[in-house]
Amino acid sequence: MSTAKDTWRKRPFIANPLLRYGLYAAIVVYVVTTFATLPIDWDRIAQGLSRAGRIFGGAFPPSFQRSELLIDGFLESLKIAILATVGGIILSIPIAFMAARNIVPLPVFYVGRAIIIIARSFHPVIVAIIFVKAVGFGPFAGILTLIVYSIGFVAKLLAERIEEIDPGPVEAMKAAGAPFLSTLIYAVFPQIMQRQIGLGIYQLDSNLRASAVVGIVGAGGIGATLANAFGRYDYDFALAITMVIVGVILISEAVSGAIRKRIA
Amino acid sequence: MEQVQLHDWARYTPVQRFQRYGLFALTALVVAWALGSVNIIWAWVWDAPTQMGDLFSRMVPPDPTHLDQILSALWETVNLATIATALAVVLALPVAYIAAQNTTPNALTLWLGRFILVSSRSVNTIIWALLFVAIFGPGVVAGIVAIMFRSIGFLGKLLGEAIEEIDPKPVEALKACGASHFKVVLYAIVPQVMPTFFAVAILRWDINLRESTVLGLVGAGGIGMILQGAIDTFNWQEVSTVLLAIIALVVAGEIVSSYLRRRIL
Repeated sequence: MSTAKDTWRKRPFIANPLLRYGLYAAIVVYVVTTFATLPIDWDRIAQGLSRAGRIFGGAFPPSFQRSELLIDGFLESLKIAILATVGGIILSIPIAFMAARNIVPLPVFYVGRAIIIIARSFHPVIVAIIFVKAVGFGPFAGILTLIVYSIGFVAKLLAERIEEIDPGPVEAMKAAGAPFLSTLIYAVFPQIMQRQIGLGIYQLDSNLRASAVVGIVGAGGIGATLANAFGRYDYDFALAITMVIVGVILISEAVSGAIRKRIA
Repeated sequence: MEQVQLHDWARYTPVQRFQRYGLFALTALVVAWALGSVNIIWAWVWDAPTQMGDLFSRMVPPDPTHLDQILSALWETVNLATIATALAVVLALPVAYIAAQNTTPNALTLWLGRFILVSSRSVNTIIWALLFVAIFGPGVVAGIVAIMFRSIGFLGKLLGEAIEEIDPKPVEALKACGASHFKVVLYAIVPQVMPTFFAVAILRWDINLRESTVLGLVGAGGIGMILQGAIDTFNWQEVSTVLLAIIALVVAGEIVSSYLRRRIL
């Protein structure tokens, strides 16, 4: 009779012990060297606690005294989000067609994919800074920024949806001698419209969030109000703005979720 | 030959059609309101294509003279994102544990966990960064803490949902054997959420890499500081170099994360 092992141990995550301990060692070395090389001013950070105390002390209680400014900023953010969503959704349709492998020839496909990759690579704040420099401060720069942001997301997902359509209707239209545009309108559009509407509602919510941020670099909306309040050490007003932003985002998330659930 | 009279066919019933037209009208009205009242100087709009063209013509060719500084800032950005993600993953574990309905000790901790998740997720990284730059001063620490604060909500929410969806049978089996609470967590829950854990951590790392490229614009370290400097000095050729570097970083991040996802999952 063989003696059974009386202890059981969980199998390690990585079977090869050399690789396992090598990986652990590599992680430790990486963390230590990174912390050693990052330019960190420890003295300044040590002051952080007292500064945090001052900031939060100044922030409580939140001040809603200038609520007109707050409401104006929010309405502007809302307008920016709406216009950017409309613009982004309209522009993302041709770009999505360009980026769908089953619709267009290969060179056009590469152009479409390149547009989407570029639009997705840049964080909206970077795009906003460039647009603020190009077209001046204000909501117009914010709208342009969020159009680019919407294209990156909506066109990518729409292109994926187009690539998944049922090819039957397309072939039927082609066999009947329909020109390219008619094929798109009658065979492809009905298959992707539902997805596009869902994406549009999601993007409206997402643009409203983003418009709170792009304002910080001068592209209009509530973000500009927040950045101003913060810059003037008006921490109580800044806290009020942040609280309202959080509330609005939660509401818009719930509304957009409910609508998407209904149309899905 | 006489034409066959087809039965009138309509895709929608009159009520549906009415609802559709109503929705279209409402949408058009909202857009018109936004367009009519938004504070835009239209002269700037018509001028925009010229201005954009002018800006882009100043950007080419990209100027690589400060490439070494840009690359080291890029590496700093990667480190910032990685360290912040790692710290956030560690901190998100207990939050996910108390925010999941089936593991949280009591109702109070459940609401505490949910409060942490919601407040962390609703405030954007940049806004967190503004706050932490004011607290810790400009630099990478503010960036790391800002990304960490935002990531905890994201990781905690998705992990918490994964914990809520586990199969309860292993938990019951271990409890029936008399295993301690710690062992139940370690042997019945952890193995079930492991795949989600890695998937979510990798996804968040990819997102953090993108976000850390802009932290510098509010003074929180990384490549954004160089970008801001170049923009402030109207050095547009350097700006385009930095932008190209950022694209390269983001694409590389996407490749690495999709490779890791395939390897681990």
